[in-house]
Amino acid sequence: MNDVVKRSAAEIARDVNAKRISARDVTEAVLARVDEVDDRLGCYLTRLHDLAREQASRVDERVAAGESLPLAGVPLAVKDNMCLSGTRTTAASKILENWIAPYTSTAVQRMLDAGAVPIGKSNLDEFAMGSSCENSALGVTRNPYDLQRVPGGSSGGSAAAVAAFEAAIGMGSDTGGSIREPGAFCNVVGFKPTYGRVSRYGLIAFASSLDQIGPLTRTVEDAALAYDAMAGHDPMDSTSIDRPVEPAAPSLREDLEGLRIGIVKEFVTAKLGAEIDALYKRAYAELAKLGAELVEVSLPTADYGLATYYLIAPAECSSNLARFDGVRYGLRVDGADVGQMYEQTRAAGFGPEVKRRILIGTYALSSGYYDAYYVKAQKARTMSAQDFKKAFEHCDLIAAPAASSPAFEFDSKSDPYSMYMMDYYTIPMSLAGLPALSVPCGYAGTPAMPMGLQLAAPLFEETRLLGAAHAYERATAYAVEGAIAV
Amino acid sequence: MTVQTRYEAVIGIECHVELKTRSKMFCACANEFGGEPNTKVCPVCLALPGALPVANAEAIRHMIRAGLAFGASIPAFSKFDRKNYFYPDMPKDYQISQYDMPLTLGGSVRYWLEDGTLKECKLTRIHLEEDTGKSIHGGGGDGRIAGSSFSLIDFNRAGVPLMECVSEPDLRSAQEAVGYLEALKRTFVQLGVSDVKMEEGSLRCDANVSIRPAGSTELGTKTEIKNMNSFRSVLRAIESEIERQIAVLESGSRIVQETRGWDEGQGVTHSMRSKEEAHDYRYFPDPDLVPIEVDAALIDELKKTIPVLPPERFARYRGYGMDPKQATQLVDNFPLADYFDACVAAGANPQASMNFVLSDLSRLANETGTPVNESAVTPEALAELVALVESKTVNSKIAKELLERMWAGEGSPKAIVEQEGLAQTSDTGEIERLIDEVLAANEKAATDYKAGKTNILGFLTGQVMKASRGKANPALVNELLRKKLE
Repeated sequence: MNDVVKRSAAEIARDVNAKRISARDVTEAVLARVDEVDDRLGCYLTRLHDLAREQASRVDERVAAGESLPLAGVPLAVKDNMCLSGTRTTAASKILENWIAPYTSTAVQRMLDAGAVPIGKSNLDEFAMGSSCENSALGVTRNPYDLQRVPGGSSGGSAAAVAAFEAAIGMGSDTGGSIREPGAFCNVVGFKPTYGRVSRYGLIAFASSLDQIGPLTRTVEDAALAYDAMAGHDPMDSTSIDRPVEPAAPSLREDLEGLRIGIVKEFVTAKLGAEIDALYKRAYAELAKLGAELVEVSLPTADYGLATYYLIAPAECSSNLARFDGVRYGLRVDGADVGQMYEQTRAAGFGPEVKRRILIGTYALSSGYYDAYYVKAQKARTMSAQDFKKAFEHCDLIAAPAASSPAFEFDSKSDPYSMYMMDYYTIPMSLAGLPALSVPCGYAGTPAMPMGLQLAAPLFEETRLLGAAHAYERATAYAVEGAIAV
Repeated sequence: MTVQTRYEAVIGIECHVELKTRSKMFCACANEFGGEPNTKVCPVCLALPGALPVANAEAIRHMIRAGLAFGASIPAFSKFDRKNYFYPDMPKDYQISQYDMPLTLGGSVRYWLEDGTLKECKLTRIHLEEDTGKSIHGGGGDGRIAGSSFSLIDFNRAGVPLMECVSEPDLRSAQEAVGYLEALKRTFVQLGVSDVKMEEGSLRCDANVSIRPAGSTELGTKTEIKNMNSFRSVLRAIESEIERQIAVLESGSRIVQETRGWDEGQGVTHSMRSKEEAHDYRYFPDPDLVPIEVDAALIDELKKTIPVLPPERFARYRGYGMDPKQATQLVDNFPLADYFDACVAAGANPQASMNFVLSDLSRLANETGTPVNESAVTPEALAELVALVESKTVNSKIAKELLERMWAGEGSPKAIVEQEGLAQTSDTGEIERLIDEVLAANEKAATDYKAGKTNILGFLTGQVMKASRGKANPALVNELLRKKLE
């Protein structure tokens, strides 16, 4: 392994801009790393050697012409639910197995414009529905820390790729925890900005009111760099927020003096077992040691988060996924008439979890059930947001677990509910649209697997959030200690 | 009392009108009729994975103006909803529409019948939605889906902004229904919100028809009539459906609530097996679009753009003595009606200017191809001419000549009259002198008159007028001639 692949995005960009190394050389090293390990890890569904080399050359030309690019030559994993023109874009579904995107999503384009080099399209749970990547219809991704275990999901491919040095930045999307949980499982930083900060244009929708693109990186500084590149208003996305983005990279801090950090009374980590309970108590103590004042806050409706989420997200997905009908693109299974064609195409094209959620969502929106399910869930969602608003009157950030357990073994979650429970601590923040991230906070279990500390901030307070996570990361360095298996 | 008069029809109209905007409802594609199939499409209107809608502000303004024109209320808050159902020419397999919070509520459409009777039909609402593509069925079946072996879809029309106007069941005859539709059409055209070309499908309507015993206030069972492609077919279809329903009731049977298609060739409606049988559209707010907030300032701004509307004009023109047909023609020729109103505003006698506008000026416009409102005859100049006629300064013959010269660009009629001494003369002595000359030169005519051929008076009057170069007051000439000859 060429050590250049281990460098952070910040280091690579600095060196490429200073012409100490070419983007092309960085890219070749990373492509070699991918070819060396990815048959075993399965981070990528599609490797983009040609496109990567083209883009790297373009970056070198721009740098040679005197430009300084914030992500010059930084190897990028693009979650395969984001369109990148000319590349196969599958959402890890049979129904889009051979679909070539004819356009590029705004967030990906912004990363490319900033000089990032797309290495491949990374694996995910089908249509981003899942917490382990096991729902991918097109490939298995393994956790770089233990190949018998899942990388988390749904952005498991990007998380594993970054952990295994197959990219410096992974683009992920988070609907209920899909960046933060795989970040925790793979011992990387997983950052979900405020809903609407990053354009969703070109992101294959799962649940429109929750989906948010964000980075997975090995350092908080890299997360800030990636965020600065991808965030900002996009006229192509009505839900993208039209307000200035305060750059996060310059605001990273070394301590937590003057910050009040809320510990959620209802999040009783003792329920997660003594070892994990101790780990989070240590993490909170570490925050205090850095100068933070710990305060207890209450989120009375947090326990309804999962139920609320599993009405709203499926309701939206049942409508968002209607377009995969075999008429215009993707898989088509012919039938005697158009109705049969729809049925057969969708029966063959969607996996079991996607079908389950389409069914739940269709039911929740049905006449006679709409008020009892969808409308009630929307009310609960509003209450959840109000809970956070009240809590943030007493604190500047909230600290919580990023997942209910460390990465588990393949096929060990036999029922959907136990899988859904993985996102118990991340879903409330998603419902409220808050910026939140997970940062490595130690190891638990046998073998010892990484765990993540979740930090959440009020709406639009990404700078505060990243600044604090940076201080925690610098003081603890759990990611640096990590030993990957490949 | 005939069978027909024992019943009263109750009719409501649902009408879809394509808005005239530069771009489609939710994307930047051109909103134009026709073109090579699938050339006015993009990721958004093809519903490619990841594409997102952005609402067209021009369409929203059109909607508000249409609502204001009908006196509708414009709620401060409105939203888009998804109407979910599968149909091959509807790319997303849901239509973005408005369910419970439309852009306009209430209002009423004033219309008139051929005999000039003014009527009013209340509106339930007008809401904004998007059009579908067009299916073309080939390989047998004469363009119908039954018997065809394949179907093609043209998505050029997909995403064109569409307003749906829903009337209350206030209409009582097919004639009223057509009068209502004509009023909608002329209002939309005058506002510039739609071209309303039924032949291009930019206005499509369905009629809900029921009958009840005359004098009853209860509603009978209604049928929905579809597939009416012109105002004439609306008239015929509703008349035919009323006849059919009467026959059904008279035969002792009951009306079945159903959708019926109008068969233009056979002149009857027939039962359609509805594709929407017991459809549950699972409406829910579109999470890709933000709610529409309409502030009072926008409403005030748009109110100022509402011109004088057809019903108001029609009533006024009838008051000027125009017959219903003349008044309708002038109302429907918006530039000419504007011109006419400007003449009246400039002080011209309405009846007198009406004659110039409808006859002489319209003839000149036809002959020269220059619309009256773009001609050299300004409303002020016409008002001047009308005043010259009214004050008997010029007679009608001179007036026509003056008009031709004004059309040719000679400017103010008053100035011409003054410069050239064209003012009508009522100088008795001068006229008598001319009469003597004429009688001297036409002895035979004078003799014939005295012998009883009194119709020769017209000839002699003409000769005197000619001798006066048209300036003599024709009535006076007539009177004096008669005296001389008797």
